[in-house]
Amino acid sequence: MTTIPASWYLVLAAVLFGIGAFGVLTRRSALIMFMCIELMLNAVNLTFVTFARTMSDIGGQTTVFFIMVVAAAEVTVGLGIVVAVFRRRSSTSVDELTELQG
Amino acid sequence: MTLTIPSIHYLVILPVLIFFGASLALLIASAMWRRSVPLAFSTTVSVAASLAVVVVSFFQWHCLDKSGASTTIAHAVVLDGFSVVATAVIAVCTALSSLVARDWLRRENVRGAEYQILALASTAGAMLMTQANDLIVIFLGLEILSLGLYVLVALDRRKTESAEAALKYFILGGFASAIFIYGAALVYGATGSTNITTVSYFLGSNVLLKPGLLVAGGALLLVGFAFKIAAVPFHMWSPDVYEGAPTPVTGFMASIVKVGAFAALVRVMISGLGTQLATWRPIFWALIVLTTVVGAALAVPQRNAKRLLAYSSINQAGFILIGVWSADARGVAASLFYLATYAPVVVATFAIVSVMGGLGDERHSIESYRALARRQPWLGASLAVLLLTQLGAPLTAGFYAKYSVLASAVDAGGAPLALIALLSAAIAASVYLRWTVVLYAEPDEELDVSRVVVPTGTRITIGAGVVVALLFGVWPGPLATLAQHASVYFLP
Repeated sequence: MTTIPASWYLVLAAVLFGIGAFGVLTRRSALIMFMCIELMLNAVNLTFVTFARTMSDIGGQTTVFFIMVVAAAEVTVGLGIVVAVFRRRSSTSVDELTELQG
Repeated sequence: MTLTIPSIHYLVILPVLIFFGASLALLIASAMWRRSVPLAFSTTVSVAASLAVVVVSFFQWHCLDKSGASTTIAHAVVLDGFSVVATAVIAVCTALSSLVARDWLRRENVRGAEYQILALASTAGAMLMTQANDLIVIFLGLEILSLGLYVLVALDRRKTESAEAALKYFILGGFASAIFIYGAALVYGATGSTNITTVSYFLGSNVLLKPGLLVAGGALLLVGFAFKIAAVPFHMWSPDVYEGAPTPVTGFMASIVKVGAFAALVRVMISGLGTQLATWRPIFWALIVLTTVVGAALAVPQRNAKRLLAYSSINQAGFILIGVWSADARGVAASLFYLATYAPVVVATFAIVSVMGGLGDERHSIESYRALARRQPWLGASLAVLLLTQLGAPLTAGFYAKYSVLASAVDAGGAPLALIALLSAAIAASVYLRWTVVLYAEPDEELDVSRVVVPTGTRITIGAGVVVALLFGVWPGPLATLAQHASVYFLP
C-alpha cells in the first residue's frame, strides 16, 4: 500500500489558495469573488489539517473549526451586503460600482 | 481520558466580556422592546460599557504592578501593560464615537439600536486583538472586529455609496483575512505552534535549516495586517470606504481598527518573530517609505474632506509603523503614545466632519469649510487644532508623537528612514495647512453660510479630542511615561 506524502496535500492547498486569490483579483462578479475567498479559507483548512497530521498535534485540527465558523459568519454578512447592493443595482458585477471613484 | 479545562483569569478578559455582554444585552433589549429602542438608552449602554472598561483597566494595571504580565486560557490571552493601555484607548474612542453616532442617527432619523450593537461587538473584537497571544485568537478578534464594521459601513441605507463601500470593504477585508490565516497556517507548519510565545521560544532555541516556510508565513501575516492598517500598497480600499461609510462610522473604524491591528502587529512581529528581525526589517523599511510618502502625496489633490483624511491616516499609519521597525522598548512606547493620542484626535476630527456634512451627510468638500472659523470661532479653532496635531505642530500631541517615533528610529540606526518620513510629513503639512487656511479665509458670498448646529454629544467628543491634542502636547510627560512602563511590561 502506498501512502500519499504530506507535501502533496500542501501543494494542493497552495494551488487552491492561488486559484482563490487569482479569482478574487480577476473575476468581476461579487458572488464569484466571494466564493473565491471561501476557496482560500478551505485551502487554509487543508494546510492546517496536513500539518497537524504530520506533527501529530491536535491544535491544528481544532483551528479548522474556528475557521469554518468564521467562514460561515462571513457568508451571512457578505450575502446580506451583496443583496443590499443588488436591490439597488440589479447586478452583482463590481464593474458597475461607480459611485466611488476607486 | 481526562479533559483539562484551561483555567481562566477573569480580570484579564473582563473588558472583552463587558463589551460583548453589553452588545448582547442591547440586542436582546431591542428584541423585547415594544418599539425601537430609544437612542438615549442605547447610547447610555455604550458609554457605560466603555467607562466600566476604563475602570477595569485601572484594576488591571494595579494587578500588573503587583504580579507582572501574565497569560491565561492556555496562554492564548495575555495581560500586559501594552494590552491594558490599548484597551483603555479603544474604550475611550468607542465612547466618544458613540456620542457622535447618537447625534448623527438623530439628525438622519435612523431608528433602532443597530449602530451601538454592532459597534460594541466590533470593539470587543479590537480588544481581543490587543490581548491575543495566539495567531488564531488574533484572527478571531480580527473577524469579530471586521464583521461588525462591514455592516456598520452599509448602515446608511438611503445611499448607494454606503452599500458599495461595504461590498468593497467586505471583499478586500475577507481577502486579507484569508491571506492572514494562511500565513498563520504556514507559521504553524514551520514552528509547530500558533502560540506567539511558543513560536518565539521555538525560533530562539532552534535554527531553521529551510526558513522558506516561516518567511512565507510571516510575509503573508504582514500582508494581512498591512491591509487592515491600510499601508501602501494595500491601501486601495481605504479612501472609498472612508468616503462611503456614514461619517461617525468612519471615525470609529479609523481609530479602533488602527489600535487593534497595530497592537496585534506589534505582538506578532516583536514578541513572535523578534528573532527574525534581520529578515523583516528591510520589508518594513520599504513598507514605511511607501506608506508615508504615497499617503501624503495622494492627500494633496483631494477635495473631499473624508478622502483627504483617509490618505492622511495612511500617512499616519506609516509613522506608527516606524516605532515597530525600531523594534525596541522605546519604539514600542513611541508607537503606543502615537496611537493613544492619534485615535481620539481622529474621532474628534470625523465628529466635526459629521456635523459639517449636514442633513444627508453629503457636504464634504473642503470648500464648504470656507470661513468656518469666522462664522463659528470655536468649531473652526477646534478643527484647526485637530489638523495641526495631525500635522505634528509644536505644542500639540502630534509633535511629541512624531518626534518620539523618529527619535527611536534614529537610535535604532534608521536615520535615512526618519528623514524620508519627515519629508512626507512636510508634504502632508501642506495639506493640513491648506485646509486650516480655508477655515480662516474670507467668506464666499455665493455659498450657503448657514450656521452648523453642534449637538451636545458631538461637542463633548470634539472637546475631548482638542483636550488630548493640547494637554499631551504641552505636557506629554505622564502619558509618555505610561507608554514606556507599558512597553517594559510587554517586552520579555
